[in-house]
Amino acid sequence: MTVTAKEILAGDVRAAARLMRDLDDEIPAAVRVLKSLYRHTGRAYILGVTGAPGSGKSTLVNRITSLLRKRGKTVGIVAIDPTSPYTGGAILGDRIRMQQHALDEGVFIRSLATRGHLGGLSRSTLDIVNVMDAMGKDVILIETVGVGQDEVEIVKVAHTNIVVVVPGLGDDIQAIKAGILEIADIFVVNKADREGADKTRREIETMISMGEYGEGEWKPPVLPTVAATDTGTAELLVEVERHREYAFREPHIARYRREKARVELLEILKTRLIEKAVSDLESHGLLEPLLADLARKRKDPYSISEKVVDHSFALRLLGGRDNPPKKKRY
Amino acid sequence: MATAKGKGSAAATKRAARKVRILVGKPGLDGHDRGAKIIARALRDAGVEVIYTGLHQTPEMIVNTAAQEDVDGIGLSILSGAHNYLFPKVMELLREKKMGDVVLFGGGIIPDDDIPKLLKKGVDRVFTPGTRIQEIVEYVNARIQPRK
Repeated sequence: MTVTAKEILAGDVRAAARLMRDLDDEIPAAVRVLKSLYRHTGRAYILGVTGAPGSGKSTLVNRITSLLRKRGKTVGIVAIDPTSPYTGGAILGDRIRMQQHALDEGVFIRSLATRGHLGGLSRSTLDIVNVMDAMGKDVILIETVGVGQDEVEIVKVAHTNIVVVVPGLGDDIQAIKAGILEIADIFVVNKADREGADKTRREIETMISMGEYGEGEWKPPVLPTVAATDTGTAELLVEVERHREYAFREPHIARYRREKARVELLEILKTRLIEKAVSDLESHGLLEPLLADLARKRKDPYSISEKVVDHSFALRLLGGRDNPPKKKRY
Repeated sequence: MATAKGKGSAAATKRAARKVRILVGKPGLDGHDRGAKIIARALRDAGVEVIYTGLHQTPEMIVNTAAQEDVDGIGLSILSGAHNYLFPKVMELLREKKMGDVVLFGGGIIPDDDIPKLLKKGVDRVFTPGTRIQEIVEYVNARIQPRK
């Protein structure tokens, strides 16, 4: 079954689901569809939700979705869970908390496995978001995999980033020292009915107050919620809306779009260049001998990489031969 | 640039990394999900991406989820005695949505007499209590291939 851009633009669920699958599985034909969809993207508001495993991200996403639906917004959800490094399998369980939306045609939920990608997202996340965007979803929620301190890829993807913390994860807020602290547009202290919630909240507020914020610059609010009982979520949505207005104002939106464009291009370029280099080496039977040389320390990977880059790409860009000669040894 | 056509182009040599995706869920009213969780875990260990939907799913929810997640198979655990309704209903909805190629299998407390009827309605395989986990994994491996 081939999926067409037209089906996606018409909001066809089956076609979109299949295209997402092909993109996740890196099927080249799927990229062709994405090419014609690309100019139809950029309309959705992208909201990232990140935080430690078990901090309540899925439950929060579920509540936010309900509130958005009440306002008549259509919602796409990309929920990411980890792939087992041993078996390549995964249990994608974020939907458990979102099944109240399973019959709502205005909500499209897609579970993704990280498949070894670091940074809190799957490699395919941007592609999947683009498909949902082209489908016409008003808001796209991205729930990252449960993160530690440094998985902050979401910051370049979302207009607004919610960082979810819970009480009792250590003094001095270990988990949010740097990295994750810096990406938050909004902090949520979830499970705020638990002991230590006020302390956690104060610590984050203290930390924020140590930063310098210029006139009109966004200062992250800290909001207590109990997502399980839907407490504090309406207040959270007010802040989300406030930040959306800020994020879509100039110069912020122009900067966001440029940064996102950079990430998109560089990520795709990186993947393609590696594929190209590896396939060049393989098609000339050079990869295995090179690896053998490296294993015996007869060559070093730095020099090889430099030569591969020079030969594979520079020659072609300069109008040279498409492939290096067969006998050529690096 | 002649990247799209060349013999060694990325498009021509890219190897697809197809994964099998299976929905594991519990329709109906009984709240015992231990079996479903064990199956989910065993399939994960077999390299499958398992979409686990949890308890109290209606056939409509299961089929909608299967559509959005583009799964190859659906495994249902039913201990409530409502299997003669739930399995055929899921099958019917799958066919309605032109998803008849999704492999439906399941298990639970299901009397031997009911099994042929369920198979006739399009359920691919029914497992009964006492089945070894490995048997289910082997069944899934043999029956559900990654899409071409």
